[in-house]
Amino acid sequence: MHEVGIANSVLDAVRSEMRRFPNGHVYKVGVRIGEFAGVDPQAITFCFEALVRGTELEPLELEIEYCRRREICIMCGYSEEPDRNAACPHCGFSRPRTFRGDELELTYLEVDDGTRAAGA
Amino acid sequence: MERVPLERKVLSENERVAGALRVRFAERMVLCLNLISSPGSGKTSLLERTLAHFDPSERVAVLTGDIQTENDAKRLARFGFPVKQITTGGTCHLDARMIERALSDWDLNKVDLLLIENVGNLVCPSSYDLGEAAKLVMLSVTEGDDKPLKYPSIFFKSRLMILNKMDLLPHVRFDVRAAERNARQIHGGMEVLRVSCQTGEGLDDWFTWLRRMRTTSSVLAAAD
Repeated sequence: MHEVGIANSVLDAVRSEMRRFPNGHVYKVGVRIGEFAGVDPQAITFCFEALVRGTELEPLELEIEYCRRREICIMCGYSEEPDRNAACPHCGFSRPRTFRGDELELTYLEVDDGTRAAGA
Repeated sequence: MERVPLERKVLSENERVAGALRVRFAERMVLCLNLISSPGSGKTSLLERTLAHFDPSERVAVLTGDIQTENDAKRLARFGFPVKQITTGGTCHLDARMIERALSDWDLNKVDLLLIENVGNLVCPSSYDLGEAAKLVMLSVTEGDDKPLKYPSIFFKSRLMILNKMDLLPHVRFDVRAAERNARQIHGGMEVLRVSCQTGEGLDDWFTWLRRMRTTSSVLAAAD
């Protein structure tokens, strides 16, 4: 269970990004979690809500985009959900393919921008 | 309301510290390996065997992580190499800051090989880069041969899978080939070693693997 730490890192990142909006308030943060990231969406949501409660960020909401692992053909770059017995449906190359799915990224903030972002 | 797109890793602070560690390791030609497994698979036993194998003139150091106790450091210190326990006090993984702190009073110029034994856990350590050259995952035959499929993240990110407790194979239902197949299904290029820290079986292959990694990393560093 390291989701408390991950949720805390999300909040740290939100706080640092919000320095660009000194008069703004953030209502929602988007996070992309890959199947291989080793992070459980339900657990991180639970921790996130507990950590936000009673802070200046309340009622900040977490929206999770969960990504299945994907195979990427190393010949042509075609990407799809895994079907390991098949050749690349795009170029026919059989093997090897590489995987993605370890994403753990912030994707967006929904901000009520008291002022415009500096330099935006 | 405005939607502001971001492109930023959630663990960017850990990645920053890990990146700085990686630079330090490269500058001082230190090969750093991060050993990960469930509790009880045999990480400490493998390190005992490894330290016992090395000549005292070898410049090897160990950081060992546990939630509580200094027991592992005590087990490993008797070989005469620098060993430091990182007690996380509840945290189920090591992070880059803990490594940075643990190294603060060590002279890395006197180390060629830094072995990190992570907290026994197949899930959380996979998210935290420690600046290592490679993650190594250990699986013992008393566990399930489907573990690579159950915990894909760590198998996805590890360069080598060490199958330990091979001496117990006659007594357990563990299909070695299925375990290897499962690991390669998650990570096509996975290297695999079969060892027994009890009998010593397969350990020569492990020492050869280590030697090869050390040679490769020093060649790469020299080329930089």
